[in-house]
Amino acid sequence: MAAVNLGLPGAGPAIDLVDGSSVSSEQAELAELHHLEMEAIHNGSVASVHSWELVTAVDGPGTRMTLFLSGCLLRCQYCHNPDTWKMKDGLLTTLDDLVTRVERYKGVFDATGGGLTISGGEPLMQPAFVTRMFEECHKLGVHTTLDTSGFLGKSASDKLLDNLDLVLLDVKSGIPETYKEVTGRELAPTIAFGDRLAERNIPVWVRFVLVPGLTDAVDNVDAVAEIVSRWPNVERVEVLPFHQMGEDKWDRLKIPYPLHGAHPPDEDLLERVRGQFEARGLTVF
Amino acid sequence: MTITDGVRSDKGTTETGLPAFVSGPWQDSIDLRDFIQRNYTPYTGDASFLAGATARTTGIWAKLSEMFPEERRKGVYDVDATTPSSITAHAPGYIDQANEVIVGLQTDAPLKRAIMPFGGWRMVATSLETYGYPVSPELEKIFTDYRKTHNTAVFDAYTPAVRRARSSHLITGLPDAYGRGRIIGDYRRVALYGVDALIAGKKNDRAEIDMEPSTEDVIRAREENSEQIRALKELVQMAATYGSDISKPAATAREAVQWLYFAYLGAVKEQNGAAMSFGRNAAFLDAYIERDLAAGTLTEETAQELIDDLVIKLRIVRFLRTPEYDEIFAGDPTWVTESLAGIGEDGRPLVTKTTFRFLQTLYNIGAAPEPNLTVLWSDALPDGFKRFCAQVSIDTSAIQFESDEIIRAEMGDDAAIACCVSPMRVGKQMQFFGARVNAVKALLYSINGGKDEVSGKQIAPATTPNDEEILSYDTVFPAYLETLEWLAETYVTALNCIHYMHDKYAYERLEMALHDKEIIRTLACGIAGLSVVADSLSAIKYAKVRPVRDETGLVVDYTIEGEFPQFGNDDDRVDTIAVDVMERFMKMIRKHPTYRGAIHTQSILTITSNVVYGKATGNTPDGRRAGESFAPGANPMNGRDTHGMLASALSVAKLPYSEAQDGISLTNTVIPSGLGHTKEEQITSLVGLIDAFTSATGYHINVNVLNRDTLEDAMAHPENYPQLTIRVSGYAVNFVRLTREQQMDVISRTFHSH
Repeated sequence: MAAVNLGLPGAGPAIDLVDGSSVSSEQAELAELHHLEMEAIHNGSVASVHSWELVTAVDGPGTRMTLFLSGCLLRCQYCHNPDTWKMKDGLLTTLDDLVTRVERYKGVFDATGGGLTISGGEPLMQPAFVTRMFEECHKLGVHTTLDTSGFLGKSASDKLLDNLDLVLLDVKSGIPETYKEVTGRELAPTIAFGDRLAERNIPVWVRFVLVPGLTDAVDNVDAVAEIVSRWPNVERVEVLPFHQMGEDKWDRLKIPYPLHGAHPPDEDLLERVRGQFEARGLTVF
Repeated sequence: MTITDGVRSDKGTTETGLPAFVSGPWQDSIDLRDFIQRNYTPYTGDASFLAGATARTTGIWAKLSEMFPEERRKGVYDVDATTPSSITAHAPGYIDQANEVIVGLQTDAPLKRAIMPFGGWRMVATSLETYGYPVSPELEKIFTDYRKTHNTAVFDAYTPAVRRARSSHLITGLPDAYGRGRIIGDYRRVALYGVDALIAGKKNDRAEIDMEPSTEDVIRAREENSEQIRALKELVQMAATYGSDISKPAATAREAVQWLYFAYLGAVKEQNGAAMSFGRNAAFLDAYIERDLAAGTLTEETAQELIDDLVIKLRIVRFLRTPEYDEIFAGDPTWVTESLAGIGEDGRPLVTKTTFRFLQTLYNIGAAPEPNLTVLWSDALPDGFKRFCAQVSIDTSAIQFESDEIIRAEMGDDAAIACCVSPMRVGKQMQFFGARVNAVKALLYSINGGKDEVSGKQIAPATTPNDEEILSYDTVFPAYLETLEWLAETYVTALNCIHYMHDKYAYERLEMALHDKEIIRTLACGIAGLSVVADSLSAIKYAKVRPVRDETGLVVDYTIEGEFPQFGNDDDRVDTIAVDVMERFMKMIRKHPTYRGAIHTQSILTITSNVVYGKATGNTPDGRRAGESFAPGANPMNGRDTHGMLASALSVAKLPYSEAQDGISLTNTVIPSGLGHTKEEQITSLVGLIDAFTSATGYHINVNVLNRDTLEDAMAHPENYPQLTIRVSGYAVNFVRLTREQQMDVISRTFHSH
């Protein structure tokens, strides 16, 4: 893969987005990029890419190429990829190169019923690229999936949604205050995006990360289930048990890790939470 | 021809009243493939017809299971230290005579190992001393003073260069002190034709050989022919001690299984070959089983019982070996490889109900490393079978997959795997097993002017040592090629000496009696450490690698500045380096004439020698530390394949089979949840992955579906995991029988989580 480094090693002081970050910090970050590079990201001919991986049975059906884009506005306490937060840390990669790679895996996708998943970071930080990439995928007959928090759902154009086969929608909490505590952001945009997907009847797999002491309150889980159950296009809910495998990355990035010492949920808790979703007739994994 | 008069039946029924098999050219000359094609019944359904184990089967297995802990503790259960093994040397042995449907043991008792001194006396003596058995002075005298062994003979013929390369671990694991193995007798012949017909056939061959002028080759062929006939006669005697007359063809399914097993048993009584593979027998046996099922003389339960009992016997094949040997081939493997399924040349799947029955043994008597069940995989296999394979793989981690498309294109539809990944036409082809060279050490030698990076000794011919401050690809690579040229020559010299002497002093009489007169021979060379070489050269090419020299000027370490692409991420920048090195080495090998006109091949396979090779190799330019294990087979280095299991596999799939016709081995481990939430989903995923890999011209893949925790727990509490099976490199082992070092190697491998 011919990837071009953004060429900003150690550029400027790292912007602290953990506290009091705002949408304008996105601009501040982008402003550090070379004008042309910015232009290219805006028109979607390149993407700031963290990494890619061929994965199976996660991120959608079959074996998939999951493309992790750099940049995210949420600061989830349990984030296991804090190294994807900043768009400037990614490798600038052309649409063409990525399409070539997807093409290479067409046989794999056909054999396994897989496709391309764009994840992140938050892929909707680079909506033009996602739109163009999905369009190219559909030209190749490749299934497309978007893995998103929905926070930037407004950035997804109708054209983007036209070429979208499946959404992995993270509903990180159901109570707005809890959502804010977990992510530093508002819940409402996610609900609005979910409603829009429901209107268009685009299949959705909802994901909910279960963190004891943070997202596990009965009320909070019930609120998520309540929101989700009004979307008829939800095919399954995945309750993902929180794990501590991300801590290393926080340490390496020298960011204080808020969940140090937290424990993964035990089986009883998982059962209870899955049961709360099942009680509303949802298919739960 | 008259050799198969015994099996001709123009009456439509046999003496037992069973209908005759469909006739064809197989009745005029030995032609197993023709018999199978005319008489087998493809099965395209699922696994629902299968039967569980009978009380008789579980009873026999329970008896053995009680003996395994002691064997594991002591290393061997028992040894007959005074009877050099031969086909007829030992009295009949039983596990539970009243209940065994299929009989026959290597010695007179289960798990009692025999001594096989013709390969080399030292191996026998060392093994006996290791396990606390007396070494018979009389036998020692016979096999040192009177009877020359293969081992002694080989060293008589080695050149100084071979000895240097061998003692410096540049070439190791050579079959110069043990049986070469990797020869598959066509054991089915005994069942289909009976031994009398086979002897008649060999006599016909002899009449032809006798007409040729007495050159060295022809005289050898005559002697071998006589030995083959002698071995066949001994086989009849051995079977007679168990009450069976195998001079005539097998009449029933039970006899077919029994005759087949007797033939194999004769081979493992006579030869302690590194790999004593079984062949491709399921569809053959199925023809007999279907016939008996139709006649009502078998039920699904009793048919399964036959296969279960056969597999029990195959699981307890044992050889007496030294601890040094176990370092290279860990976990006491015998490679009783049975090749299953595949697609026939006419497009019909070679999947039968008996193919399923072989896999079912892993449920009926639990997971086990032997026999080494190998599925010849094609995306054209019936879906029900593919799903059952995936299910068995997920449940047991005991089976491996090889590309049927590649093997069939090269060798037709009656080929089988010997050992791990070596394909050969059954009864028509054998190989001269050649272990492998340490391609990593060769790279270090080329940087150090031919000197060993650990001992400082001059091993390869002296060349100008690299004197660069930062290694340049343009200097290092040509120097490496020069070293490889010398290595290829030295290697072929060693193998020619070994196989000349093996034929002379430890000829596989019975296995070769179950081959055609004219056979294809291959000289199976091999490379270890390919991914380390590729990454090292990639580091030199794409990053800055500074050699660190000791006071004598010897390069003993490397510092790396910057990033470099690593093998196993489907990245052409480095994958092409691996392909290039492998292709070039094959070309170099091909320059040198071989013993008996063998065709040059190579494998990218390490067995478990990746651990010992790594131990003997210094720091490398890719950042690997001295002593650290290489990756097994063609695997990427542990932890460097960061783009998922399939990306890792696709890098390996780029290595072209045409330049590694002895096979390319890949072992992958995935955690169960990495294949899906539900069992159904996991099965679908695994089927898709194997389809995707083989469609991308991948050759071989071992799949372990395990959590790291399980292995760690098994290290701490081995008693709780007597049957925990894990695939290592072309074969499977009981995890608890590996050395601690090898267990750590397995645990440190990449576990793909998604």
